[in-house]
Amino acid sequence: MADSSNELTRPVKRLGDRIFSGTALGAGVLILVTLAGVGLFLTIEGLPGFTADSSATQPADNFVGLAGPLVFGTVLSATLALMLAVPLAVGVALFISHYAPRRLSQGLGYLVDLLAAVPSVVYGLWGIIFLAPKLVPIYRWLENNVGWIPFFSGPTLASGRNMATVAVVLAVMILPIITAICREIFLQTPTLHEEAALALGATRWEMIRMAVFPYGRSGIVSAAMLGLGRALGETLAVTLVLSPAILYSFNFIGAQNPSTIASNIALQFPEASGLEVSVLIATGLVLFLITFVVNFAARAVVNRRSEFSGAN
Amino acid sequence: MAKSIDVTDLDIYYGDFKAVEDVNVTIPAKQVTAFIGPSGCGKSTFLRALNRMHEVIPGAYVDGKVLVDGQDLYAVEVDPVAVRRQVGMVFQRPNPFPTMSIYENVIAGMRLNNKKMKKSEADDVVESALRAADLWGEVNERLARPGSGLSGGQQQRLCIARAIAVQPQVLLMDEPCSALDPISTSAIEDLIHELKANYTIVIVTHNMQQAARVSDDTAFFNLVGTGKPGRLIEFGETRKIFSNPDEKATEDYISGRFG
Repeated sequence: MADSSNELTRPVKRLGDRIFSGTALGAGVLILVTLAGVGLFLTIEGLPGFTADSSATQPADNFVGLAGPLVFGTVLSATLALMLAVPLAVGVALFISHYAPRRLSQGLGYLVDLLAAVPSVVYGLWGIIFLAPKLVPIYRWLENNVGWIPFFSGPTLASGRNMATVAVVLAVMILPIITAICREIFLQTPTLHEEAALALGATRWEMIRMAVFPYGRSGIVSAAMLGLGRALGETLAVTLVLSPAILYSFNFIGAQNPSTIASNIALQFPEASGLEVSVLIATGLVLFLITFVVNFAARAVVNRRSEFSGAN
Repeated sequence: MAKSIDVTDLDIYYGDFKAVEDVNVTIPAKQVTAFIGPSGCGKSTFLRALNRMHEVIPGAYVDGKVLVDGQDLYAVEVDPVAVRRQVGMVFQRPNPFPTMSIYENVIAGMRLNNKKMKKSEADDVVESALRAADLWGEVNERLARPGSGLSGGQQQRLCIARAIAVQPQVLLMDEPCSALDPISTSAIEDLIHELKANYTIVIVTHNMQQAARVSDDTAFFNLVGTGKPGRLIEFGETRKIFSNPDEKATEDYISGRFG
């Protein structure tokens, strides 16, 4: 009797359980350690940069004068890219998941996944050599016809290397990842909800609005945030396309365009020394913080109506 | 408002597979008709053919006629979306829209038909649909709460309220109680009794006591053999089907000898 009660009270532990919980814990800790390590590195190395004088923050007078326009350029280019990419990505994902015939949708799905794997330098080259000149007539038209809107006051360069081109290139870059995630989420809409809408006499679009979008809302936000993260940190494509400057400007098609943090680091780092390096790393820390804020904001948006999410 | 359904020579297919064959039946108005039969006999498939939900599945189609009030639902000029607004459906598992409140769930179908509705009109529709579904007393204090927060039985009654809010001519129910406990089941059965005053109701059920309790007429479906399509074996008054059926297969099934 004593033996059997002993067997019941002793916790059952198999080797597999121990290995799995160990590796899972290890992986989780590793992420935190890496994140903390990056944060720590940026803080320690970048700290002197925040108080650097004008000798290290050329062309600006101090750190804020340099980092401000860079943050502005980073957020502006990423936001513009997101505004272009998200509606298109949702449309493409919907077409693949709910409109296209099955055979076509599979091919399209592979194609989108393939686009996500193209390196950003290729997008940059494509943007500068192919896309920018093609967009110039559009910029000219905007300048001549709606130039009174500050966004399009110009003057347009013949090369087409401006903020608008950067936004388009970034949008094309982040389109595949947003599309791929949205497609997966749309495909997972419970048949039960779709049929509930159809049985009420919803058309396909009404069904999508009643069942697919509400179910996928948090997923769309997550996908957009992943895309935004990639756009915020994108270096090569921006560096290749933009003729950078340190300034604030909402003129998307003008000759002078604000650079981005990542692009500025890539351009300046090879020739930087001493305090200049600290200044660049400090701008990196700012970028790090921006991505944090963006992610928390996205979480907050998703959680705001969590009791209506269908998870309960 | 409630209409009878006349089905003539109906074959139902999933791609190349013929699931149901040669159904001829007239489902009377303002009565409850139960479909019974063993699993896979095609009764749910047939039910879904009555509001063109069957063709939502890729490759699925039907051949034959389904007349509601003399209008063939499968005539070329008929839009399946319009059919589903006239023939409502309640599913096996309660499926309120999870992102909508109780109020929004009930009004969802009306919003599709008539986008611009006065607040007072909408309130009236919601109240009368919820009252008809015997749910008003339980939820009138919390109409803005999510529908998914209700119990399973309440959710199913919410789905019934949602279906009848658009005032369909026919209400189809696909095993509406199979995911519910006996008390909720009893509530739904009482509700079915009340609803038949205004609606033609067709219910698929695996529970023969339920068929005997709620229905006026019963249709028995069966498979001729494995891989063969399901057929309508016998149709008649529930009392007769359960006491003195014409067909041997019906009697065997009712008495629990198979199925």
